[in-house]
Amino acid sequence: MNIPSHLKFTPDHEWVLIEGDTATIGITDFAQRELGDIVYVDINQSTDTFAQNEVFGSVEAVKTVSDLFMPMSGKITAINSELENHPEWVNEDPYEKGWMIKVSLSSLEEAENLLDAAAYEALLS
Amino acid sequence: MAQKTCFYDYHIAAGAKMSEFAGFEMPIMYQRIQDEHMMVRTNAGMFDVSHMGEFVIEGPQAKDLVQWLTTNDVEKLFPGRVQYSCLSNEQGGAVDDLLVYCLAENKYLLVVNAANIEKDLQHILQQNRFDANVHNQSDQWGLLAVQGPKVAELLQTLTSVNLADIPYYHFVVGTFAGIENVIISATGYTGAGGFEIYFNEKDGPAIWEAISQQGIKPAGLGARDTLRLEMGYCLYGHELSDTTNPIAAGLGWIVRAKNYFLGKEPMLAQKQAGFERILCGFTLTQQGIPRQGYNILNKKGAIIGEVSSGSISPVLNQGIGLGFVALDEAFLDHEIFIDIRNKPIPARIVKLPFI
Repeated sequence: MNIPSHLKFTPDHEWVLIEGDTATIGITDFAQRELGDIVYVDINQSTDTFAQNEVFGSVEAVKTVSDLFMPMSGKITAINSELENHPEWVNEDPYEKGWMIKVSLSSLEEAENLLDAAAYEALLS
Repeated sequence: MAQKTCFYDYHIAAGAKMSEFAGFEMPIMYQRIQDEHMMVRTNAGMFDVSHMGEFVIEGPQAKDLVQWLTTNDVEKLFPGRVQYSCLSNEQGGAVDDLLVYCLAENKYLLVVNAANIEKDLQHILQQNRFDANVHNQSDQWGLLAVQGPKVAELLQTLTSVNLADIPYYHFVVGTFAGIENVIISATGYTGAGGFEIYFNEKDGPAIWEAISQQGIKPAGLGARDTLRLEMGYCLYGHELSDTTNPIAAGLGWIVRAKNYFLGKEPMLAQKQAGFERILCGFTLTQQGIPRQGYNILNKKGAIIGEVSSGSISPVLNQGIGLGFVALDEAFLDHEIFIDIRNKPIPARIVKLPFI
């Protein structure tokens, strides 16, 4: 199981890369394995500002569908549009090519609610 | 504790994602469902379906019992012939769907869904007014469904039985991979062609390895489900239940009205009176995947039905599904909507199979 140490995690299996006041967000290697073949990533486009833990979209796999929860409050500034044609990238490369959204963060303090790699690994075991 | 089939260690060694299904630890996928699906559709793959139940019914009146229990016409069977059928209950609902093999005169093999083994057995014993011997041999049989258009060619070196000569829904008992008394049945649940191979569980490893050596890889129950759905085949617990009339589920072709069978009168009376809802196939005309339990809406937004099975079709790359739809909205090419997480996604009722 790949759990990169430079990322933060949620108990719902999202990962967060925080760079200044911007975060890149996706789902973890564990999540993609549990879901199996991912066929769509659907980001809710009716609004672009979400609170921490709010559903910002869903990920559809062949067998099941799962909500995506916002790890930190903020405004979506970019969506990985490549996933429209390559949803399998979430399975193949969940932490790089499979990123889902970039967010301009409202509050850096919320990062305290996230798990580090060791805590996330402990959660999975 | 979930049961394991004789192939459990092979699944683990192949890196399968295992999940509990009908009380068994079964492989859902090895790598990707869609790749396994396409492998079977275009080439070959093997499914461990040893969790399925096997009953042998024999005795001077075995035929009478099977005729009474099942909706299809057992008179049409002869040794070497298989039939898809339905175990009916007194109310005309479906206890299970199954395969009926005629092994010999007055000796039948019934292959039933794993989740229903105990229910079916109790039902059969309760209806056995014909003094037939009913043996539940589910724990003794291994079963591999080897499916795909290349299977006959790939398996031919393993048997002297001429595989290409076995017609659809026929079977031969012969030697396979050096093992005697193997049932080689030209059946399956994928629409891709191929065989279902029945053997004693202790011979499972030898048979798995022989098939593997022909270059045939395993596929999981995830692909088995998408393959059957592309063909529009019913799955018990989705399209069929104790309270579902099999005729409403599109299985009128296995209900032989001239026979006697349990629940015939109510089953036919319901058809005569008109069903409230009948099973339809539909394809989504926009992106989305229908799932069991989602509501089906008409264009005014009223609920007119419910999805019983849904997935993405790997062949069509489109959402497909089966669902029970109100009779007056259940016609070909009709536009319906699937309520996918509070978004009505347009869909069209289509003819089955989907591909």
